Amino acid sequence: MTAEASVKYVILIYHNPTAWDALSDAQRIEIGRRHLALADNLAASGELIVSEALADPSLTRRVSVPEGRTMASDGPFAEVKEYLAGFYLIECESIDQATGYAAQLPQGAYYEVEVRPVMDLKALLEL
Amino acid sequence: MLVTDVEGLLRDLAPQVLGALVRRYGDFDTCEDAVQEALLAAAVQWPTDGVPANPQGWLVTVGSRRWTELWRNESARRRREKTAALLAPPDPGLVPAVDDTLTLLLLCCHPALTLVSQVALTLRAVGGLSTAEIARGLLVPEATVAQRISRAKQRIRASGAEFRMPPPAERAQRIAAVLSVLYLIFNEGYTASSGSTLHRPALTTEAIRLTGQLHAHLPDHGEVAGLLALMLLTDARRPARTHPDGTLIPLAEQDRSRWNRQAIAEGVGLLSHTLASTPVGPYQLQAAIAALHDEAPRPEDTDWPQILELYELLHIVAPGPMVTLNRIVAVAMVHGPEAALRQLSDAETDPALAGHHRVDAVRAHLLDIAGEHDAARTNYELAARRTLSLPEQRYLRSRASRRRTPPPP
Repeated sequence: MTAEASVKYVILIYHNPTAWDALSDAQRIEIGRRHLALADNLAASGELIVSEALADPSLTRRVSVPEGRTMASDGPFAEVKEYLAGFYLIECESIDQATGYAAQLPQGAYYEVEVRPVMDLKALLEL
Repeated sequence: MLVTDVEGLLRDLAPQVLGALVRRYGDFDTCEDAVQEALLAAAVQWPTDGVPANPQGWLVTVGSRRWTELWRNESARRRREKTAALLAPPDPGLVPAVDDTLTLLLLCCHPALTLVSQVALTLRAVGGLSTAEIARGLLVPEATVAQRISRAKQRIRASGAEFRMPPPAERAQRIAAVLSVLYLIFNEGYTASSGSTLHRPALTTEAIRLTGQLHAHLPDHGEVAGLLALMLLTDARRPARTHPDGTLIPLAEQDRSRWNRQAIAEGVGLLSHTLASTPVGPYQLQAAIAALHDEAPRPEDTDWPQILELYELLHIVAPGPMVTLNRIVAVAMVHGPEAALRQLSDAETDPALAGHHRVDAVRAHLLDIAGEHDAARTNYELAARRTLSLPEQRYLRSRASRRRTPPPP
């Protein structure tokens, strides 16, 4: 039987700051080109919902609301080994297909890619 | 006329109007946009001004005008030249004798498209739903749906596909693709309706309507009838499937007096007719299983031996992980949970099932029946952690937290 339902997946991209800083401009341009190519293909197939690159982690703001008061703290935060650098939200038939798309992204020491399914409201259980 | 009646009429007319335009102008992409605009205009005007005497003719005329405008803009942009004669709107009385719904369905489910695009394009071009309605139904942003539809139309054009019936050699496969898309639309609609989801259009209803149209065109196609029966027999249980807060109720605990008897009768009627007259296929088998559940007045009246036989057949005709698991549940009901648990351990070696949350859910269910409640709880928890469905997760968690399970019926 074919797919019963399509599922959304998020492709999460983590960067290692030390390795990233060591890249040449040409290497970074090539990485950008690979991202654009994947986003274009996923848009053409209708499977892309959204993709974004995140700004530098030093611009992060941490939020907490102790006793109803909003507290926000700016960086700098302790140097992290890896940070979330961007994501794709896609919708396709299987996690294998999503994994295949993630594998088209540049690979390297500065880089880590994860694929995770997204929860939905469909209720298919019949016991 | 009520707004809802107008909407129903428009959706029924949508594929005919689109077919008429495509026959005239040959350009599916622009025609589809033009029809969508004509439908929107009618949805605004008809509830206040009344429905015109010839609604289809009205839509064809307005759609043609829109097509002309769109085409002029397009051609101006591309600096193309064409004779003005081609731009004359057609005679509104000219309505095609042929119904184009089937041709349209086949085009929207073209193999050059991904499944998500086939779904979106089918809902708009054949179902007559707006981009916004599709977005709400599929729980994706409207911009995503708009992009899916426009890119899908580009792909259809690039693939060289035309608005006509595919050659007979391809037809069976293409119809099978349409059935997959319709089944997927049905399942997309199978969303537990809690307060937050009340405003979603019922995609289950839309899938049944479209499959009904397909069945009207192919009355002798056993699997089309089988899929329609399956949808009717499954949807019949919808009123009893969830608590008011949206949590799931398993089959054995549903209030069967709330099942939709009319839908069950219709599904059973379709199924009996098709089983007697066409070769049996996977949708018919699934419908036959659904019918056996629906026809049991109480859970303990369910004809499990026959359900098991049908799953054995399904396992031969269309094997798959879900068939394997459902067959094992039937084994438990016929031969007891121990036999089923043994088969589940064997089945788990299949890579398609390893780590699947439904393996854990079925094991939990079987252990529950076997009276091993502690082990059942562990497996319910595991299944709850792994499922992608929020309603299912709530259900599995509630099972895990139950102190004691009542004895099986």
